[in-house]
Amino acid sequence: MSHGLLLVFELTILVLAIFLGFEVISKVPTLLHTPLMSGTNAIHGIVIVGAMLVAGLGPKDTLTTVVGLVAVVLASANVVGGFVVTDRMLEMFRKREERPAKPPPKDGRPGP
Amino acid sequence: MGRVATDLAYLATIVAFILALRFLSNPATARRGNWIGAGGMLIAIAVTAAQKQIESWWEIVVGMIIGGAFGAVAARRVKMTAMPQMVALFNGVGGGAAALISLAEFHRLAPAPGRLHTDISISIVLSALIGAISFAGSMVAFAKLQELIRGRPIVYPGQQLVNGALFAGILAAGVAIVAGAERQWLLVALILGALLFGVLFVLPIGGADMPVVISLLNAFTGLAAAATGFELENNVLIVSGMLVGASGTLLTVLMGRAMNRSIANVLFGAFGQVSAGAAAVAADADGGAVRSASADDVAVMLAYAHKVVFVPGYGMAVAQAQHDVRQLADLLEARGVEVSYAIHPVAGRMPGHMNVLLAEANVPYPQLKEMADANPEFPRTDVALVIGANDVTNPDARTNQGSPIYGMPILNVDQAQSVVVLKRSLNPGFAGIENPLFLNPKTVMLFGDAKESITHLISGVKAL
Repeated sequence: MSHGLLLVFELTILVLAIFLGFEVISKVPTLLHTPLMSGTNAIHGIVIVGAMLVAGLGPKDTLTTVVGLVAVVLASANVVGGFVVTDRMLEMFRKREERPAKPPPKDGRPGP
Repeated sequence: MGRVATDLAYLATIVAFILALRFLSNPATARRGNWIGAGGMLIAIAVTAAQKQIESWWEIVVGMIIGGAFGAVAARRVKMTAMPQMVALFNGVGGGAAALISLAEFHRLAPAPGRLHTDISISIVLSALIGAISFAGSMVAFAKLQELIRGRPIVYPGQQLVNGALFAGILAAGVAIVAGAERQWLLVALILGALLFGVLFVLPIGGADMPVVISLLNAFTGLAAAATGFELENNVLIVSGMLVGASGTLLTVLMGRAMNRSIANVLFGAFGQVSAGAAAVAADADGGAVRSASADDVAVMLAYAHKVVFVPGYGMAVAQAQHDVRQLADLLEARGVEVSYAIHPVAGRMPGHMNVLLAEANVPYPQLKEMADANPEFPRTDVALVIGANDVTNPDARTNQGSPIYGMPILNVDQAQSVVVLKRSLNPGFAGIENPLFLNPKTVMLFGDAKESITHLISGVKAL
């Protein structure tokens, strides 16, 4: 593919992604806005792909080595931290689904 | 791994991310969605690792161990109340990574024989610029939320001018690079300038506006990632980055709308500046005195009410009082009191902040009311219990044209029969604006840390 065609192809994908993004995200309820933000945070950790490509280059000078290494550190923190924090938040939102309507009696008697 | 197989695997990642967002539309499926997203990320990492241009491994392995360990430990250890700063932190590092990738790519490619393709140089400049602003801005937001620096707006004369000049300088450097001046130092200068701009741009923004800023920085990092995708000609980066960009933009707009302010006003119209005049007006108009009450008095009010509405704000988050609030609500419900929670969209420091905290305390969803549903209820409410919320209940937003928050939709707590405000002191909120609600004859103040006050209320209600 020529460079120009590739660019047009990428732009097409970009534009479709914008519309898709607005479509999908406008369905997220206010209740879940914090996990949404945190979840999208984890998703932009995808820059780890770029960081790996830069850091994994064959013979390279010191600047590229250092910059690549730091980029991998930052992107990994983004990915792992993002998904773990989101999971912790969502864990709390799920708990209630399973919670009985009334809290169990606190006096410790065994149930029937 | 061949190009076709690689791109197909990246497509699987894209689908996983879209499903992850799709599943977020329902609390019951949201957690599964997050795992699907994480699975998609793993595929992308594995596929990238299988690329033949990756020849050197130690940087990747060492980097992943350090970054991954830091991310995992930080994310596990953090308290739910410190979530906004964690979100800011992880947002920032993503932006930083995007800027560094651009720097390395530019260093590798430029100066190119002939010239860099214009779209590549534009992408490099944009990703470096936006990524660096997002990194520095997020770090300042982190420091503000962590209270490492003052949460209040930091302003000085000529601020807009300095920021404007700096931004013009950064843009000029970017244009020069795209126009053919492919010098390494120009991009380094651009990144340094963008870092400085990020700091200066978030510093003057007050704590109360943090939900807008955090959403915006989230969008920035997404855009930086998408620009990196153009630079590396990689679809997964373009699509994922734009999904995040769309999400951040949408949240920013929603937050701005919830405050009835334009985004430009939030970003450049530092709250603190106009408040002095408005405060004077408020004090003159009312001239009333603040009444404070004891916890026992308030406990009696609550226990014998028919309907109580809790209005949580950042004060509840700071005091980590959400579990005690839930306990108090349970006690009241056991006595037959109707309890609900009125949640303002910008209460707290990030979108949906109060919802997460109350979810942690297992508050049932039907009791959580959004502003549109909560406001009609206030006239039939006996007691509105304001827990560390301030600006979102300020009636000046409805009536005082001189107030900087005039026109912002608020929770009309002053329409309740009586109002109890839990607050540490009479200091104005983060926005630095006086609140005439405190002078309203219907209002009593219960001074002290929100958690302690709620604990006192619990023992008060129990003793009745």
